[in-house]
Amino acid sequence: MDYVFDFSFLESFRSEIISGVRLTILLTVVSILPGFALGTACAVGRLYGPRWLQTAVTIYIEAIRNTPLIIQVFWLFFGLAVLGARIGPFNAAVIALVINTGAYSAEIMRAGFQAIPKGQLEAANCLAMTRRQIFWSIQLPQAAELVYPALVSQFILMMLATSIMSQISVEELTGVGYQVQSITFRGFDVYLVIAVLYLALATMLRLCLHGAAQLAFTRLRKLRTPL
Amino acid sequence: MTVISMNSVHTPVAPQDGAQPMVSFRDVHKSFGALEVLKGIDLDVMPGQVAALIGRSGSGKSTALRCINGLEKINGGELTVCGRNLRARDFELRELRKEVGIVFQSYNLFPHLTVEQNVTLAPRKVNGLDAAESRALAAEVLEQVGLSDKALSYPEQLSGGQQQRVAIARSLAMRPKLMLFDEVTSALDPELTGEVLRVIGKLAAGGMTMVLVTHEMAFARQVADLVVYMHQGRVWEAGKGTMLDDPQTVELRQFVGSGL
Repeated sequence: MDYVFDFSFLESFRSEIISGVRLTILLTVVSILPGFALGTACAVGRLYGPRWLQTAVTIYIEAIRNTPLIIQVFWLFFGLAVLGARIGPFNAAVIALVINTGAYSAEIMRAGFQAIPKGQLEAANCLAMTRRQIFWSIQLPQAAELVYPALVSQFILMMLATSIMSQISVEELTGVGYQVQSITFRGFDVYLVIAVLYLALATMLRLCLHGAAQLAFTRLRKLRTPL
Repeated sequence: MTVISMNSVHTPVAPQDGAQPMVSFRDVHKSFGALEVLKGIDLDVMPGQVAALIGRSGSGKSTALRCINGLEKINGGELTVCGRNLRARDFELRELRKEVGIVFQSYNLFPHLTVEQNVTLAPRKVNGLDAAESRALAAEVLEQVGLSDKALSYPEQLSGGQQQRVAIARSLAMRPKLMLFDEVTSALDPELTGEVLRVIGKLAAGGMTMVLVTHEMAFARQVADLVVYMHQGRVWEAGKGTMLDDPQTVELRQFVGSGL
């Protein structure tokens, strides 16, 4: 087989590819923190909330984790439009990513909170600290540190999952790739490039999250504990 | 049993007339479900006194100690600590806990914080100390427990004995009127036990009111103004440390004789 690579589309579709990469990064960046915050709030609600809240959070988590992301996106975009609520493709994509990541990180953070020895909370109570102080100073930093590798995986999965958003005409990297190959018919070369770009983006995200961990978890940095 | 030598000699404080006890149990009952653990405890600890609760596992001594700062709620009787009735309607648990420190067998330090941060967390959050005040406070209490050079270490870098001394410093940083010690040396080898007991002995000599649950008989005899032998949820025998040399009951004689 003598296949001749042709990467000339990199030049002719340069601006489209760059805008696709930008959109993928944008979707990821605006979804990670709200998704993590939602997940943490849900973990707290499921662990310490009143009965009704625990039930509500459990239903949310299981509903999201047991249905495909693309159906969630379609439901938000096409489904809500039927009811007259037009939220636009970009907003629909971000909302879907946030509620999806929220559900998964809720369970990850719950594991983190439960892994903290009860004695520490007892000691903090005995030092007259309030529930809120204990949460922010003792529980959250330790829980996040304990489950950080799992959170990083989840955020990278989320970044990769942005690739389905082209289905609702959000022209991120995968959408751009589809357009380019449909014009050039160079599917092999185009998707090879798209895959390499995703690999680079995922590596960058991993490095950023690693850097964030070095800043956030002082003890790990000082004791040089590998994450 | 650990034999320790102390530089400072603790002079027992005799209860003074008219002084209010720091801790007062009156017919205190406590049950866990159907199991009655405390079956009517009466006990007074006066300001400046050191009380040692001794007895077999399951005798209720740890439960009694945990009732003092509200970790366990009593089911019957009256319990007054630092002038607060724990069963009063307007009783504020957090206000009591600002005045009562407790140290546990398992240290319970916060592993993600340095020694200094462990010590200053509650003073900053609860008492509103600023950075400079809290650093000075940390230096003072760490000096008291002999760990001035460990301020920037993390708990995992310390020995068990050092961790326990940090836990003591963390409690002292709240400037408590009363300190509780719940079998604080049970997880330590004899050498480390010695270093922790020396710190507690120094506190006692400094006039701190303390209640300790301990298996260190020699230490109890040496430091305690009041030794309380608990058996089956009751105060079986109580008195000065010398009562261990001349037990009045068969149970205490057997307990002392068992070499615990």
